[in-house]
Amino acid sequence: MKYVDEYRDGRLARSLAAAIARAVDPSADYHFMEFCGGHTHAISRYGLEDVLPTNVRMIHGPGCPVCVLPVGRLDAALRLAGRPEVTLCTYGDLMRVPASHGMTLLRAKAAGADIRIVYSTLDAVRIAEAEPDREVVFFAIGFETTAPPTALAIRLAAAKRLTNFAVFCNHVLTPPAIQNILESPDVRALGRVRVDGFIGPAHVSTVIGTEPYAFFAEEFEKPVVVAGFEPLDVMQAILMLIAQVNEGRHEVENQYVRAVRRDGNSKAKADVAEIFELRKSFEWRGLGVVPYSGLRLKEAYAAYDAERRFGIAYVPAADNPACECGAILRGVKKPTECKLFGTACTPDTPMGSCMVSAEGACAAHWTYGRFRDRQRRAP
Amino acid sequence: MRLGRVDFGGVVKEVNLAFLPEADIGDFVVVHVGYALAKIDPEEARRTLALLAEAGAAAEAAS
Repeated sequence: MKYVDEYRDGRLARSLAAAIARAVDPSADYHFMEFCGGHTHAISRYGLEDVLPTNVRMIHGPGCPVCVLPVGRLDAALRLAGRPEVTLCTYGDLMRVPASHGMTLLRAKAAGADIRIVYSTLDAVRIAEAEPDREVVFFAIGFETTAPPTALAIRLAAAKRLTNFAVFCNHVLTPPAIQNILESPDVRALGRVRVDGFIGPAHVSTVIGTEPYAFFAEEFEKPVVVAGFEPLDVMQAILMLIAQVNEGRHEVENQYVRAVRRDGNSKAKADVAEIFELRKSFEWRGLGVVPYSGLRLKEAYAAYDAERRFGIAYVPAADNPACECGAILRGVKKPTECKLFGTACTPDTPMGSCMVSAEGACAAHWTYGRFRDRQRRAP
Repeated sequence: MRLGRVDFGGVVKEVNLAFLPEADIGDFVVVHVGYALAKIDPEEARRTLALLAEAGAAAEAAS
């Protein structure tokens, strides 16, 4: 595919790896966090860690929408789906995420709940239109990329005067999560991971632009390079981060110039601003409660807010105590440092959220990385 | 609402163009959950590839 294949060229990747090896200072260590699960997946899938110098470590960040959704919110969605009048519409990757007591949306569906997988928010609106007797609730999750489509669905439902469509909103924001990783006081329990620079998300940045990262670059003196999702994009971003660290710079740079503009997508941002407002705080799996990190529907759109319409109370729920997703999402631990990894917890029987989504650090390592662990252990 | 047909390497899907009204026939776009979010700028794409090749060539010449 054009604009994809050329950024996966193996020969060019090898010469870029040589360029990275030449650029690093052998006496220094470089710890970079790729925030976004899309990058985590690319790094694992293309084996980028194998071609990086040993003193360059990639830390997998919490930018995987499924992974950071706390169990309590999933429990609430399951309670909603249990109501006989409700049709719960969801993106497919949520179906197998374990909630409390080993329950999943998939199991609830098998037990008779009306849960349907949709590809786009418009599908959910179409279902509400076609089935006026059903209370259609869209289970909205994701970062700045999925919030505009949710906003548009609400705007559309309002324009069509649909009274049987609502959104259970769990949208979260990237910048507050990055800030949390850098300064949260409650990281003490998990420890803090050293991060010398960030690879900024690709698709999220097509919406929010590069401007929101300027704060981290300045305030925390950390370089940020926004990168595309292809392996050569990631390698070039790493090279740019190494150059910034070597030169003592901490700027926002854009590697993904072919798609990301400084101000992002103004239409998408305007729709989000019209429908949503910031929550005072929102719980993230792995990060805990993060101030001003989530979105909810504005009062003017309360009729479309499933939390208000169905009186959903949030009951926090504990993760499996042996599950290390929290530390893994912060980059403090590696998947292989979790006792459950590859034993009780695999993509077929995920215990924690990092194993569920293909973007999760554990699933990525299970699918692409564990063979290398074995080779490394072999004599 | 404007919809477009987008070819994903052989799989053609209907994509919502609400956030990218300037998208036109023949454009390459970034699509997320059924919505086009950004247009690919061919000139910037070419420049990025040229930069990649340059960095790689410099490393090869030095080794």
